[in-house]
Amino acid sequence: MRDAFIEALFSRMETNENIFFISADFGAPALDKLRDKYADRFVNVGIAEQNLINVATGLALEGFIVYAYAIAPFLSMRAYEQIRTSISILAQIRDININLIGVGAGLSYDVTGPTHHCLEDSCIMAVLPNFTIFSPSDAILSEKFVDYTLRKSGPKYIRMDGKAQPEIYADEKQISFEDGFTELRKGSEVCIVSTGYMTHEALKVADALSQDNISTGVVDVYFLKPFNEQLLVKIFREYRHIVTMEEAFLNKGGLDTIVEHACFSNRVYIGMTKLGFGDKYVFDVGNREHLYRTNGLDLGNMIKKIKTDLNRN
Amino acid sequence: MRINNLIRKSAEIRLRVLETALRAGKGHVPPAFSWVDIGVSLFYGGILQIKPSEPRWPERDRFILSKGHGCLTLYAILSDLGFFPKNELENFCGHGCLLAGHPDPNIPGVEIVSGSLGHGLGISAGMALSAKIDGKDWFVYTLLGDGECQEGSVWEAAMFASHHKLNNLVAIVDRNRLGATDFTENSLSLEPFSRRWQAFGWEVVNKNGHDIEQLIDVLSKAKQRTSAQPLLIIADTTKGKGVSFMEGSPLWHHRMPKSEEIQAALKELSQFKSQETN
Amino acid sequence: MNSIDYLKDKADWVKKELLKIHKIAPGIRLASSLSCIEILTTLYYRKIINYDPKNIFWDQRDRFIISKAHGSVSFYPILADLGFFGMEQLAMVGKPGGILADIPDCSIPGYETVNGSLGHGLGVACGISLALKRRNRKENVFVLSGDGELFEGSVWEAIMFAPHHKLNNLILIIDNNKICMLDYCKNIIDIEPIEDKFKVFGWQTAIVDGHNIEELYDILTHAKIRISDKPIVIIANTVKGKGVARLEKDSLCHIKSLTIEEVDKLLMEMN
Repeated sequence: MRDAFIEALFSRMETNENIFFISADFGAPALDKLRDKYADRFVNVGIAEQNLINVATGLALEGFIVYAYAIAPFLSMRAYEQIRTSISILAQIRDININLIGVGAGLSYDVTGPTHHCLEDSCIMAVLPNFTIFSPSDAILSEKFVDYTLRKSGPKYIRMDGKAQPEIYADEKQISFEDGFTELRKGSEVCIVSTGYMTHEALKVADALSQDNISTGVVDVYFLKPFNEQLLVKIFREYRHIVTMEEAFLNKGGLDTIVEHACFSNRVYIGMTKLGFGDKYVFDVGNREHLYRTNGLDLGNMIKKIKTDLNRN
Repeated sequence: MRINNLIRKSAEIRLRVLETALRAGKGHVPPAFSWVDIGVSLFYGGILQIKPSEPRWPERDRFILSKGHGCLTLYAILSDLGFFPKNELENFCGHGCLLAGHPDPNIPGVEIVSGSLGHGLGISAGMALSAKIDGKDWFVYTLLGDGECQEGSVWEAAMFASHHKLNNLVAIVDRNRLGATDFTENSLSLEPFSRRWQAFGWEVVNKNGHDIEQLIDVLSKAKQRTSAQPLLIIADTTKGKGVSFMEGSPLWHHRMPKSEEIQAALKELSQFKSQETN
Repeated sequence: MNSIDYLKDKADWVKKELLKIHKIAPGIRLASSLSCIEILTTLYYRKIINYDPKNIFWDQRDRFIISKAHGSVSFYPILADLGFFGMEQLAMVGKPGGILADIPDCSIPGYETVNGSLGHGLGVACGISLALKRRNRKENVFVLSGDGELFEGSVWEAIMFAPHHKLNNLILIIDNNKICMLDYCKNIIDIEPIEDKFKVFGWQTAIVDGHNIEELYDILTHAKIRISDKPIVIIANTVKGKGVARLEKDSLCHIKSLTIEEVDKLLMEMN
């Protein structure tokens, strides 16, 4: 996802002289040629995320379209105050096009331990006024977002997975940035709403439920903010149960809270199962699959939980 | 331990670091290699007063690995000293196992969660301050990366430590001149590094970070210093030290050797085995 | 009247206006706003900083980032006097319908950034300086920072960044009034001598008496001449609460307010 984004940006830099890329000593193979060819529009601030945000702000105030790049947990949390003050608050008064590119959303960096996990960012970034939050599930979405960032000014946070994921949007016509989500599968009983990496898991869960004759749809939310709430709620009305799936802490303002709020404020009173991470950091050592297992998010457990909640419904 | 044995120990640790990473298929090997000799000096040179059987012995000297991504060396040393079984190295990053890609205090001998850079010095300063308040003799030793010193929080801690006269705090910077993607002097110049720390009120000593004798000499005198200043040892090192094709190259941060590279690396690191010990 | 006398008169006038504002807005950071009056007056009344009050984002303006926003309420009368907004706003500080809050923000014409929170201004200024350099522009970037702000690590990231990128269009002025919120700065974290630190971090340095308009005028006009590729820091030694005996040398003056009677007495003495 990251490389697709950077490649697309690289190609736009040829004709758009206002694009500026700034990194906190975080690399990517796709970034090497950008650094080479556009040395005058690339800066490595060093291991200094706070300054990354402030310098990005200064550049944006002078009319550059800025892409500030770092590992997701350090980008969103080490420099959160700078993001709040220098971007979120300032953007309400000044027109600044700043795009924060966080790589390593959720448990992308599984075995590296909790400092490199990022289960908080969807909540804490969505809290900030004036921010658009983009959470792509595949590289195609990620690549398409580049032109959106160039077209639409203002602060944006993009949370990308750290590992390559299978393609979902081979048919690009399925994508709707105006709505902010896509109903990938239609069903009639259970609607799974997911974001980012979890959408891949959601598709597997939907398959498994369907095999048990539970008609299941999947909605992939790639704009956590803003999105077409009315349309989403309209979709929900077709189902009798919702499942939210996200690689984030539960009940903290992430996707589950967003969906809950959308339902409640539109009087869609419907059963909900929330799948994600509990109120604890993940110290277990292991790859993503292992960590899911130890946190009750393996396929078997997820199906069990959904069925239990469905029967209670 | 005599110096020849310590040199041999360094070679042994390097080999163990590489073997651990190869088995797991991952790990930050070059950043681990650059501080092996510093680690051996601290842990085997009679510097750190610690008890492997009692990792939280209250009177222990504290060692903080602020550059957490260099943990493979710490794991190799701690297991060798008996803080935890050596076979844990075989399960580095293994499912449900003890040793993750960055260290945390679930691991005996590890004091803090590190992985995110720039925090260790501040935490060390807090520990050193508490020792002062409690009238304790133990010291705090912390190892930082040089790229890490680009983080503003390091300078907050630096000014705090000197203001509070934390002369029971010894910071060592693994000055290998490389960050994750580039030389430190290209991304954000740190020079004149010694004078910057001196301006922040630290006593600064420059040493060859691969000369165990020199390192032990300065470290062993730390507790007898009369200065009120905290001590910084700038250890000039080479990232990837020990494997010739990794040494000093920006390409080698968390890159793993492949095919012929593996054999070449193992061969270079195993050379100590054919040498005689004293 | 020569330049210096003019500026001194203006500084006196600014001080009076600040005290009047304090009467209606007792919550402003008075002591902090008193220490930088001469700096602000010198910068703006002789156009050391280039600006156009009718076109606040004029692309040929020098940028001015007030990192110590809380302590810049003395800037309000200057901005009003120069036409950035109406003088009537000075009587409405902190009042409903006014545009001026107790702590300034960037919704106020003349303020470029958000700086109620300390430690950000220099970094943002670095980004602006970098942008101007990359575009081969001639404009300069001035930053007014507090000394206590130097405790913030984010400032040191910027202090490292500026010389590395040869931002010689960047001029940092430190209002070195030596008092934080709870105590003298040196009792909290003693970072003197500040000049030595900046030198070793690659900056050109100068020290001035921050209440001496001649010195300020001289150093600030010369600061714009780019003689090296280094950014410049001007350490202006000041007194927090300058001109108000009760506040001067009071280590807790940061948050202290004067009574209306005290202000009236001061104004009378000044007249």
